[in-house]
Parts: sequence; C-alpha cells; structure tokens
Amino acid sequence: MPDQEQNQQYDVTVIGAGVVGASIARRLSAYQLRVALVEKEADVSFGTSKANSGIIHGGFHHEGSYLKTKLELQGNMMFDQLQRELHFPFKRCGILVAAMNEEELKAIQFLYHRGRENGSAGIELCSRERTLELEPKLSPDVVGGLYAPIGGIIEPYRFVFSLVESALRNGVELYRDFQVSRVERDGADDFYRIFDRQDRKILSRYVVNAAGLYADEVSQLFGAEEFQITPRKGEYYLLDRMTQACPSKVLFPVPNQVSKGMLVIPTVEGTVLVGPTAEEIRDKEDLSTSREKLDSIFDSARRMVPKVSTRDVITSFSGLRPVLEGDDFYIEVSKKAPRLIQAAGIQSPGLTAAPAIGEYVKDLLKKAGLPLQEKPDYQAEVPRVPRVRDRRPFDVDDLVRRNPAYGNIVCRCEEVSEAEIIEAIRRGHRTLDGIKFFTRSGMGRCQGGFCTAKIIEIIMRETGLPYHEISKRGKESRVFWRSL
Amino acid sequence: MRSEITDALVVGGGAAGMAAAVELDQQGFSVALIEREDELGGVLLQCIHNGFGLQEFNEELTGPEYAERWIETVKKSKIQVFTSSTLTEINLLERNLKECFIYSAVHGVLRFTTRTVVLAMGCRERNRGNVLIPGTRPAGVYTAGLAQRMVNIDGYIPGKEVVIVGSGDIGLIMARRMQWVGAKVHGVVEIQPYPSGLTRNISQCLHDFDIPLYLSHVVSRIHGIDRVEAVDITPLKNGVPDQSRTFRQKCDTLLLSVGLIPENELSKQVGIELNPLTGGPMVDSMLMSNIEGVFAAGNVLHVHDLVDFVSAEARLAGQKAGAYLRGWRPKLEVQVKPGANVKYVNPTKVDPTGQSEIFLRPLIVSNHVSLTLSLDGTVIKRQKKAHVQPSEMIRIKVNSKIFDQHTLKGDTKIVVGLEEMD
Ligand SMILES: Cc1cc2nc3c(=O)[nH]c(=O)nc-3n(C[C@H](O)[C@H](O)[C@H](O)COP(=O)(O)OP(=O)(O)OC[C@H]3O[C@@H](n4cnc5c(N)ncnc54)[C@H](O)[C@@H]3O)c2cc1C
Ligand SMILES: Cc1cc2nc3c(=O)[nH]c(=O)nc-3n(C[C@H](O)[C@H](O)[C@H](O)COP(=O)(O)OP(=O)(O)OC[C@H]3O[C@@H](n4cnc5c(N)ncnc54)[C@H](O)[C@@H]3O)c2cc1C
Repeated sequence: MPDQEQNQQYDVTVIGAGVVGASIARRLSAYQLRVALVEKEADVSFGTSKANSGIIHGGFHHEGSYLKTKLELQGNMMFDQLQRELHFPFKRCGILVAAMNEEELKAIQFLYHRGRENGSAGIELCSRERTLELEPKLSPDVVGGLYAPIGGIIEPYRFVFSLVESALRNGVELYRDFQVSRVERDGADDFYRIFDRQDRKILSRYVVNAAGLYADEVSQLFGAEEFQITPRKGEYYLLDRMTQACPSKVLFPVPNQVSKGMLVIPTVEGTVLVGPTAEEIRDKEDLSTSREKLDSIFDSARRMVPKVSTRDVITSFSGLRPVLEGDDFYIEVSKKAPRLIQAAGIQSPGLTAAPAIGEYVKDLLKKAGLPLQEKPDYQAEVPRVPRVRDRRPFDVDDLVRRNPAYGNIVCRCEEVSEAEIIEAIRRGHRTLDGIKFFTRSGMGRCQGGFCTAKIIEIIMRETGLPYHEISKRGKESRVFWRSL
Repeated sequence: MRSEITDALVVGGGAAGMAAAVELDQQGFSVALIEREDELGGVLLQCIHNGFGLQEFNEELTGPEYAERWIETVKKSKIQVFTSSTLTEINLLERNLKECFIYSAVHGVLRFTTRTVVLAMGCRERNRGNVLIPGTRPAGVYTAGLAQRMVNIDGYIPGKEVVIVGSGDIGLIMARRMQWVGAKVHGVVEIQPYPSGLTRNISQCLHDFDIPLYLSHVVSRIHGIDRVEAVDITPLKNGVPDQSRTFRQKCDTLLLSVGLIPENELSKQVGIELNPLTGGPMVDSMLMSNIEGVFAAGNVLHVHDLVDFVSAEARLAGQKAGAYLRGWRPKLEVQVKPGANVKYVNPTKVDPTGQSEIFLRPLIVSNHVSLTLSLDGTVIKRQKKAHVQPSEMIRIKVNSKIFDQHTLKGDTKIVVGLEEMD
C-alpha cells in the first residue's frame, strides 16, 4: 500500500452522521480503533435526525417481536446516563395516550397489555379523572388514558451534536461534505477504498452503513444487499412558547381507520410541536411543506387539546422517515459484502433506539471479526456550554466577568449570547443552520430577523471565511450574491 | 453586580426612546437610556432613503440624518446612555419601584432600580412562519428589513433575481434599493386588492422602475433545495387562490414585507395588558400601561409609518412620565373607541381637561370620507378627509373645548369613525 494512503486508513468507517451513525461512532470511540465518521452534508444531524418528533418512546407502540421494540426499550433506559455525560436537553416527562370515546378505550387497553409485555416500566391505565389530573390541558371530553412514565422528550440535533463531539474528543475523525459516491475493493488487501464526489479518498477495513434515506444506494455501492428505502413525509407546525396549549406530557391520540391523528408534543425548550402527517413520497430531498392540511391537522390536535391555535404558529417543517419493507429495523452483518454492517430502515423509534443500536452494532462488528480493546483514557463526558438563557442575572454577571462575550446578547428571542455563538463555531458549526441548531439563535418567534446579520458577522470574524462562503446549510445554499 | 438608581429608565434608543429620554432629562429627572445595538438610532440607521423629519425639522432628511439630530441632543444632555446593552428582565418591587436587569459585555450585569420605565423597544417583522408560505426551505428567503440591513449597513447584496411578498413600505423601498444595486425585481405580490404602502412609495419605488405590482395575488409555493429557484404566484378569485391561474416566476431571492408587530416580549413578561388591535400595550391618556409607572411610545406601542409621529408620541410619554414622577394624575379620563372603518385608536383614554392627540388606523381605502368624533352617541366633531388608506395613520388633535357643553361621567365614551360619502 502506498505511503500516503497510511494516514487515511481506518479500522471502521461509519457512513452517515445522523443519530444512528453518531451513536455508533461514539460507542466505538471507547476502543482502540481508528474510526472515521463521514457525512455528505456540511454538518452533522442535517438529515432525518434534525426533523422529527423528538420523543423518547415508551415501548408500547409495537409488538415485542420486532427488533425495533427491543432496541427502543433498551435505548430508552440509557438516556439518563447519556444526559449526565453529554448535557443535551432531555426530560422524562411521560407519554399520555388520550382516549376520546369508548372504542378508543378498548384500543388503549390493548396498548397497555402490549406495553406491559414489552416491559414498559410503570405503564398505567388511567380513569378520566386521573388522565385529566396528569394533563389538565386535555379536552374535558377525554374518557380515559394510557400513561407511560418512562417516555420523554429531547432536542434531537443537540443530542447528535453532543454524541459527535464526544466521539471526536475520543479520537474519531469526522469528514463533513463527504458524500460516499464510489467504492473500490482490491481483493488483495482488506481495505475498502471509499471516494467522495471530489475524489477524496479514505480506506477502511470495516464499514457501517448508517446512511438513513440513502442506505439503499450506499448498500449498492458496496455491492451488498438490494433493498429500497421509501421516504414517508411527516409535517409539523411549531408553536410559540407563549401558547396556552403547551402540555406537560407528550400527548398521543388513539389512531383509527380514518386517520392516525396528530400529536401535541411539548419540547424541552418550552415550544410545542403539532404533527406529524404521514405521506409516502418519491423524492428523498423533498422537505417541502404544504398548506392544504393545515386545517385538518389543527382540527385533529384541537380534539385533544382545545387551546391549540394556528395563531401561535412560528414555523413549519417536515422530516422524512426512511421506510423499509417489513417495517422493522434492518441491522445485520451483510451477507454479500465482507465486513459491512447494515443499519438501515431506522424509522421511528430510531431516535430512542439509537444508543442501543450503537451497542448492538458494536457487537456485530465484534462478531464480524473486529478486535475490540478498551481505551484506557476514554472520556465519557463533554464539557458543558453555559447558556445565558438558563441562568439568573447573578450567575450571568459571573460568566461575563470570565468572558465578556456572554454579556452581548445576539439573539433576543432565545436570549443567546455572542459567547455561545463563538463556541458553536469553534466546535465546528459554521453554517447558519448549524449554529441555529447548536445555540437556538434564530429559532424563536422572529426566526432570525434580527440576529442573522450579526451571526454572519461573527462567523466571518471567527473563521476568516469570505462573505460568499457564508451559507445556510452548506453546498449551494449561499446567503449573499455579491458585495456592494 | 453593579447596582444603580434612577428616576426613569428608557428601554430602546430609537427615535422613540431618545425623544422620551430627552423630555425627561429636560424636566430635571435622572434618566438611563438602554440600547442593545452599538449605536443609538434604531431602525432609522438602515433607512438611508429620504422622507424623514418634515414635521419635526421642516426638512426632508434621511433616516441616519434624522437620528443624528437626536443623538446630538442626547449627547448634550445628562442622560446616562448604555449602548451594546440589552435589558432582559423587569421585576416589580414594593412602592411601585421597578428592578431592571441589563446585560452588557462592558458592564457585566447591571441592576437598575427605577420609579418609571418607558418602553421604546420598537417592532419586529412578521416572517415566513407567520404567513405560512408552503414549499421548500432554501437560502434566499429574507424579511425585507433584514435585507435592508444587509445592503445598507453590512454592504452585502442578498440576491440578484428578486420577488417581493407584500407591498408594505419596507418592501417597496427594498424593491427600489435592489434595482439600484443591480438586481432585478420581478414583481411585488400583494394579497390585498390595494397596496399596503404609502402612495408615494408605489410611484417612486415601483412605477419608476417598471416593477409589476400583483394585487390580489399570493406567493403559493417556494421552490429550490439549496437556494430559492422560483416561486409560484397565484391570483385570488373571490378571496381564494385560483390554482388554475398559478404561474411560476424564476428568482433566487424572496423578500417578505408582510407586516410589523410591536416587540412585546418584555411587556408580556412584566404583566402588561396588551391591546389585541395594536399588538402593543393598552395605555391611558398618560400613555401609561396598566402597570403604574410603566409607559410606552413609538413602534412598541403601535406600528407607525412616520417617524415624526413617533417622536411626538414619545415626547408626550416623557412629559407624562415626568408628571407622574411629580405625583400628577388626571382627574377624569374618557374612553376612546374605534368606530366605523377604524381598525384601532391609540391611546384608548384621553384627559378631557387638556389637549389630546389621538392616532387612528383606517380600515378602508377612500377619497371621500368624513372623520367623526361622537360623544356618547352625539357627533361633536366632523372633519373631511381627502384620502385615507390603511397604510397611512391619521393623527387628530382634540381640544378640551369640545367637551365644554357636555357633562362628563366616568363611563363617557368617545367613538372615532370614518364615514364614507358618495
Ligand atoms: C416525522 C418523523 C418523526 C419521528 N419521530 C420520532 C420520535 O419521536 N422518536 C423516535 O425515536 N424516532 C422518531 N423518528 C425516527 C428518527 O428520527 C430516525 O429513526 C432517526 O433520526 C434516523 O437516524 P439516522 O441516523 O438513521 O438517519 P439520518 O439522520 O437521516 O442520518 C443519515 C445520514 O447519512 C447521510 N448520508 C446519506 N447518504 C450518504 C452518503 N452517500 N455519504 C455520506 N453520508 C450520507 C445523510 O446526509 C444523513 O445525515 C421520526 C422520524 C420522522 C421522519
Ligand atoms: C424600514 C422602515 C422604513 C421606514 N421609512 C420611513 C420613512 O420613510 N419616513 C418616516 O417618517 N418613517 C419611516 N419609518 C417609520 C419610523 O422610522 C419608525 O417607525 C421609527 O423610527 C421607529 O422608532 P422606534 O424608536 O419606535 O423604534 P426603533 O427604531 O425600532 O427603536 C427601538 C430600539 O430599541 C432597541 N431595543 C429593543 N429591545 C431592547 C432591549 N430589550 N434592550 C435594549 N434595547 C432594546 C432596539 O435595538 C432599537 O434600537 C420607517 C420604518 C421602517 C421599519
């Protein structure tokens, strides 16, 4: 092997830096391995992992025979420790399924038994009174409920960011803007040669396919199994923090023949999500939102929570579920391509299951022959980023004494300081969307109307990037045309 | 943490904040003026076009020139100015005192205790989420005010093929500005059957550049993955989009000028009652909110189209805040209500013993109207108006004399209406 190839040689390459790839990479970072994490977008978590319901599911939605159900429950249990190590926003607020009539009561009894069988700790069938006591925002028409106290909510992109950061601190190498487009394997050695569109190359002995919507195409590049991923779109509306409709628990309706019904989901940051829809589409890049369904979405949500109002909408967005035939996760050692692990079809509850998927894939790699030796200096914890928003004035005064940039409030809606923006940039987030997901700047009710110009100025100052390379989310998403 | 005490604290150093602070200073009170940006002036600083100051200074100035005049006055006063400082929180203490926290890189956290607060935080722009334009989410969608700032302050042009949604003044002024810097504006799309900006801006910013104005049209979809590639424009038929006549306009930039809303986060945080018609605080004849000693003026109170009115309103707020500090209160107040064809009136109470000014926002476009003031059902004042439209606020002066022949009670109501004549 030529010398210059030495430094691009990895034991394992994980393709796709969504929550699944990030969880796997972080898990592998505990071992004495050279690991690469490659992502086609300008930042991590720019795929399905950024646009979903953010629910840590409670293990009662699917039958226990599915792999996804097993991993969902295992994953769920891992979040408390992960939060202590990684400090992402997470709250075990519980999930409540609301039955609005007798028929729906029967359905939740069924779910209750399934939850018990699956091992959803503390799951409880509730009377009307108990249901309303748990969630006073529910309509008085509610007749009963199912309560899963182990359910919760997280900010998915902050979770992924912190996983990746932890992985990087422990030696994983991240390649952004690296779209795996060609793969070569020379029978003589054990390495895959993996190329991106600019012909950048890395070599890897083992590979994990965690490419989300594109896992089918990546599988093909490796000459591995043939399967097809179909995108299923879910649209959401985001409500302002000032809404009267914010519940304290995740609220699910009971699905019926006519419709799946809309969820009302509190976010850790105090806003509310209403959605998602479910629509099979063809185009894997089609994240467009529509308006036709606005009324029906809100009607459905209001059936459960009467205070839900379109007046509180600050934005809408959509996410694409990577659906594989059979509806289960497909996580296996490839039978066709040696040393390739497939982690495909990770639709809901993929976010919940991700930490367990990390564990599961690590075991598969071992089975496929990868030697695992623990690193003596593995650091599980990442340093916390102080946030002005979470602090009282007295503590902020302290922060400002140590770093004056904490006193400069850049985003007024979400109260984000210049110091937090700089920290985001230093941790590798250099696009407007990346900084937004890391800091929340521009996520509030003005949606960046005031802070965008200031953030651009800070990016240019901190990175030395010229104005024409400032982008919303990399590639051709440039912000400016030219200077005056 | 540094602690300070003052008679009055003014939040926001735009046209409104400066005028209120100057007025209080001239009355001999100690004043702190807090401004988040590095400079005083507010939105004026990015409005480099002409059209400011005809009433205040009797000449046509640009926004920065208008601001400069006020900044000079502030500099000569004893006002304590804190720029690059954001007020984040107001708490109510005993004896009507207020505690304000201000964050700044230079001073750390400042804690001010004050007897009065004048809110002058201005307004913000409504955005894509507020109007729910369907489609993709590419780069190239900006509010017009943000684009204005990018071009006029930072020196960067956001795009070269432009469509503008909404015919508000900022949108119109940006249409002209974008043409001037070499971009092509393909049209201004307005949902209403009439433009929402000033007539002179329609002619100077659109007609002079042959920019089409699509009235009763909406942008029904945004296309493009990384950057905007095109938008769908759909005409309305009887108020609903007629999809069969949708056409596609190629562009790389979409500017939104879809309305302004008072910046009322702080107002809500202190528990101020808001007027649903204006989106700003509900105020009495002193421009004081339901919270004793908290006043409001300028765009934070209701969105203005003329800066001269902002300055006048804020001067009044300063005067009244001073009067309040000296212990003065009106003996009697009568309520003012919007009548026919009027969206809102501000303030919603006047003191019948003094001179008052009422601002009102029309709901109609008309060349033949008469403005009427009625007191408990009887018309006491009538005035012809040559032209009214929703984008042009009307100011009326109310003299105490008109109340003379009436016996006023606590529940007396003035109704301000616009009667259409044939
Ligand atoms: C509407 C909706 C709601 C959901 N709600 C929940 C929920 O509440 N709870 C829950 O547990 N789960 C939920 N999910 C599921 C969860 O979001 C997904 O299971 C999870 O995000 C999938 O993660 P991933 O890493 O597999 O995919 P992704 O996040 O899509 O990551 C794959 C990455 O691979 C990259 N990639 C693709 N091709 C290449 C290539 N050739 N080279 C390099 N990189 C490549 C992509 O850019 C992408 O970043 C929801 C999903 C949707 C769509
Ligand atoms: C784009 C545009 C074009 C216009 N064109 C014309 C025209 O041609 N002619 C004309 O007469 N009028 C025009 N106007 C109207 C007029 O200029 C404005 O209404 C007026 O300047 C508003 O003054 P203000 O003080 O109420 O608000 P602003 O100028 O917005 O000032 C508010 C200030 O408060 C600060 N602030 C807010 N919150 C805080 C906080 N928590 N802590 C510290 N500081 C804070 C802000 O940074 C800002 O500087 C225009 C307005 C706009 C927006």
